[in-house]
Amino acid sequence: MSTATLHPSQESAATRVVQTLLRSRELAIVIVLALILVVATTRRSSFVFSADGWRDTLLAPSILLLLAVGQMVVVVTRNVDLSVGSTLGITAYATGKIFVSNPETSVLVVFAAGLALGAVVGALNGLLVTVFKVPALVITLGTMYVLRGALTHEVGSDRMTAGDYPAHFEKLGNQQVLTIPVLTIIALVVVALVGYYLHTARGGRELYAIGSDPDAADLYGLPSGRRVLGAFVLCGALAGLAGVFSAARYATAFSGTGSGIELQAVAAVVIGGVAIFGGSGTVWGAAIGAFLLVTINRALPILGISEFWQGAVVGALIIGSIVLDRVLSIRRTHKLVEARDHA
Amino acid sequence: MTTATGTEGRTAPTLELRSVAKSFGAVAALRSGTLEVAPGSIHALVGENGAGKSTLVKIVAGVHRRDSGVFRLLGEDVDFGSTADSKSAGVAVIYQEPTLFPDLSVAENIFMGRHPLGRGRRIDRTRMYDESNALFARLGVTIDPRRVANGLSIADQQLIEIAKAISLDAKLLVMDEPTAALSGNEVARLFAVARSLRDEGRALVFISHRFDEVFDLCDTVTVMRDGAYVSTHLVAETTEAEIVSRMVGREVAELFPKTPAAIGDVVLDIQGLGSTGEFHDISFQVRAGEIVGLAGLVGAGRSEIARAVFGVDGYDEGRVTLHGKAVPKKQPRAAIRAGMAFVPEDRRQQGLVIEGSVARNIASVIRGGLAKGGLLTAAAENKASAPWASRLQVKTSALDMRAATMSGGNQQKVVIAKWLATDPKLLIIDEPTRGIDVGTKAEVHRLLSDLAGQGLAILMISSELPEVLGMADRVLVVCEGRLTADIAREDATPENVMAAATRSAPTAPPTKEPVS
Amino acid sequence: MSTATATEARTYPAYSRNLAARLLLNREAAVIVGLVAVYLYAMGNVPFFDGPLTIFNLSKEYAPILLMALPMTLIIITGEIDLSVASTLGASAAITGVLVVEHDLSLPLAALVAILVGALLGALNGFFVAYVGLPSLAVTIGSLALYRGLAEGLIQDKRISGFPEGWQDWPTERIGTSQYPNILIPIAVLVVLFALLLHFTSFGRGVFEIGLSDEAAHFSGVNVARTKLVLFTLSGAVAAFAGVYVALKSNSVATDTGNGFELKVIAGVLLGGVSIFGGRGALHGVVAGVLLIAVLNSALQLDGQGSEVIQIIIGLLLVGSVIASNFLPRIRALIPRRAAASTTAPQTPATGDETRKVSQ
Repeated sequence: MSTATLHPSQESAATRVVQTLLRSRELAIVIVLALILVVATTRRSSFVFSADGWRDTLLAPSILLLLAVGQMVVVVTRNVDLSVGSTLGITAYATGKIFVSNPETSVLVVFAAGLALGAVVGALNGLLVTVFKVPALVITLGTMYVLRGALTHEVGSDRMTAGDYPAHFEKLGNQQVLTIPVLTIIALVVVALVGYYLHTARGGRELYAIGSDPDAADLYGLPSGRRVLGAFVLCGALAGLAGVFSAARYATAFSGTGSGIELQAVAAVVIGGVAIFGGSGTVWGAAIGAFLLVTINRALPILGISEFWQGAVVGALIIGSIVLDRVLSIRRTHKLVEARDHA
Repeated sequence: MTTATGTEGRTAPTLELRSVAKSFGAVAALRSGTLEVAPGSIHALVGENGAGKSTLVKIVAGVHRRDSGVFRLLGEDVDFGSTADSKSAGVAVIYQEPTLFPDLSVAENIFMGRHPLGRGRRIDRTRMYDESNALFARLGVTIDPRRVANGLSIADQQLIEIAKAISLDAKLLVMDEPTAALSGNEVARLFAVARSLRDEGRALVFISHRFDEVFDLCDTVTVMRDGAYVSTHLVAETTEAEIVSRMVGREVAELFPKTPAAIGDVVLDIQGLGSTGEFHDISFQVRAGEIVGLAGLVGAGRSEIARAVFGVDGYDEGRVTLHGKAVPKKQPRAAIRAGMAFVPEDRRQQGLVIEGSVARNIASVIRGGLAKGGLLTAAAENKASAPWASRLQVKTSALDMRAATMSGGNQQKVVIAKWLATDPKLLIIDEPTRGIDVGTKAEVHRLLSDLAGQGLAILMISSELPEVLGMADRVLVVCEGRLTADIAREDATPENVMAAATRSAPTAPPTKEPVS
Repeated sequence: MSTATATEARTYPAYSRNLAARLLLNREAAVIVGLVAVYLYAMGNVPFFDGPLTIFNLSKEYAPILLMALPMTLIIITGEIDLSVASTLGASAAITGVLVVEHDLSLPLAALVAILVGALLGALNGFFVAYVGLPSLAVTIGSLALYRGLAEGLIQDKRISGFPEGWQDWPTERIGTSQYPNILIPIAVLVVLFALLLHFTSFGRGVFEIGLSDEAAHFSGVNVARTKLVLFTLSGAVAAFAGVYVALKSNSVATDTGNGFELKVIAGVLLGGVSIFGGRGALHGVVAGVLLIAVLNSALQLDGQGSEVIQIIIGLLLVGSVIASNFLPRIRALIPRRAAASTTAPQTPATGDETRKVSQ
């Protein structure tokens, strides 16, 4: 290898990292998140600085974190999965079923069952999308209703309640290690693992390539079908895990559990700077987006806005984020083209 | 195994194609492709646009599957179902049109799917950037491997494609017009790399329209015409004239029958047109009865100028007037109303609604006037489009046939018919005969000549120098977004046009072929 | 290869297939046959399906779906999608309810305000899609949440009811002594108007062209952005009109009014033969598609099935129709191609085309 080009790149490594960080879209959301936390805390100090407030600040986003990570992996391949809410409902209920049949079941078994059940649903979506080459939006809109219908058919007006879940499972929902909730720790580990994979593994980079230009990916000979299928399986598995989380945290499950949360997952991803047309964005961004979304919803009443406006805030954030990203990307392209002009 | 021995080499040829055929629906893109490339040689593949070269390349690359014929690699029968198959068999292809991932870094574009790995199978980015820099150093260019591919010039994109192909360490490297957008220096470096690859015993296929490049670089040359194999020659034993006559199958002069026409008043007047990153300070006029040729390298900004004039794109400065009236910017509708017609470069994406019917395509611009009381019927469209289809001798069994099922030449006739139906004052035509068979090509040229004779002003963009020299009353040359020459018909030569197009040593015509 | 030198005038037949083939061999005809078959089966086998209330109830329930499916057809033909229609319906119902019940505004005035707001909400979607260049999927997922949020913010946890007598009943009263409610009158008018707009105007041709290739449409002078803005605005206005109707029909408005209707609308449109990729479809197919879902719904209901079964079936129909419209043509396209592969002689463009056309 030529050494002439080696030196400059190593010297500037540290500066480059700092520069990338400062310019990153993720930092912008972190600042917004911090601002909201500060304002809400000055209004009511217990928002963060109380045992319950601290726990809720960290615990509340854990379910959406999982969904956002899974959704991000699908979105980066230029697809979307709207069925995650239904998957979550199914596994939340199935978790209860498992415990009803055997209250002594290990938590690990339940986690594995949730992941597996979700992965099956994800594989179904992924196969439909990759084999038939039809838009994921319509397919997953369809499976979202089919699965929700199936769940309702099975459950009826039945409801899993606190009594159906054993104490050791319910305790997990509120358990903390060094004041940090266990569910949040697990979710953050998932964020880290998936983020690491997307950044450092060939397969992860290929997901970006497929989303950036699917035709070029085919010309390049990338295994697009397999990768997209994998993304859906991961997304489904994480939605399944989120269902187990939901059961642990709320100790309840019924036919409507998780209904509508798919929109929040998409919102978190988009707010986190992941391009809805694939190819760019990070898992960290999606995770921070999820944190921001949940925190805003919790902070609204404190900021003097009725909780009934939560839905509108979510919608406005989605649209605002994609408009912002669009404007930024136009400016960036313009700059690159201009730079070419003066070269 | 170091020099070319022609087609009778003793070792098994790296690539062997015999009577390979491929049709798309009703259109036979390749009827009988034959090509034999020996290891340690550079083999030129030449032929006119539409001769089937790109289809042949795509079969070798695994993009398309052949319908019939023999396809051997290193003596073994192969049948690639995907580009991944061809890649793993040791084939690297540089396509005519760069296909990069816009969101990813330059280095990742080179190494996607085969990133250098470090400990724990994690991507070693430092090594990836270093290897990218080394590849660029070998090509003698500097491109930051860390920047995103989005916003790169066509030349830079092509260089990245070349770096990618070289890095594949392939046994067979196919280059489909890699030099169309490159400068003289970059071409020289590319050739040096190609020769060193040949000397390592690899086989290279080089597609180009520039004969000086073919004669400079290649050992053997195969000629194709109309989707079929014509002949193979040792470069040392043939001449440019022989190759040209085999490519064309007739005398060149016959192809360009522009007859002198009375030049009238100024129709199109462009003053100081500029668009950031595309072109600058463009001023020229086109008169009634005049054909103005716009020549230059691919990516020089010719099509961008045409698009801005017609209003499909905006521009930042300058003005466009037609018959003395200002044409508002970025409004194709207004340009059409003012009397402009635009046959764009990409027929399948821009010129036609390719999945639409012949009748709807021909009537698509004039249909507003066909409506009675606001209501438009298919019968009215059919009635209005039939005479135009007939006048241009469009070959179709019925007016409701999809344009996609027709040959390139017939599609182009439909596009021209659509615009002639608007009774335009100015016709802008970008690559009028790209991807068209020889017979239709002559028809199109005769038609343009007739139209000019009837007083139509024509602005013709073409990458085929003979076409420009044969058809244009005046040749404007664009280089890197600026007009560099305005040459009258009688003074125009291949040498002075190319010199203005490259601002370097004169070379033979650059041309580009559609992805078919 | 064409080397035409003759210049005599050619004549062309207008169509490559005869009238019967053109009318019968397409998706629309298949859906209509399916609709008739399901209807006849239900008449014979489902108890009470042949009763006097079936058609009446079915029309009443599916009127808003059919209404929203009309502009949705045009939007999907351009290759876009509007997921926010049900939320716009909900917002419009909420506005109507709040204005009439809480502010004593007259119903026609309140309805007018609601429809104007609906048009505005639609135009906002259209602006982002057409002029900012955002994907409609992302924009309307956002406005799906935003417009539903508006309804929630407006009426919060209340349930608004008590519309003034008289107006409230008009949409659901029968036309004369027929089985049909009054709402079918404006629906019939709108169906005709949208059919004319899509199939018999230059604007409608532009809609198809945008769906097949928006670049080619742009290059032939079609104002792509304005066309999309108009369609999204129409979608918002019609959804709002449906919202007023739903408020009156049920004499009550809650935050979840019309929740999930977008699925039925999109399912009806796609089932009716409109391609999700844009560029093909016909309005009569969509009407048949929505009616097919309506008849299925009503038959299953009378058969004692719960709403979740209907939900499952609609979801399956949605997935199935998308797969069918994309997958079956590809399978059929393989057949002529194989035939072509066995002949080495180049084909003239005239042969082979017919088989391909039929396979569309």
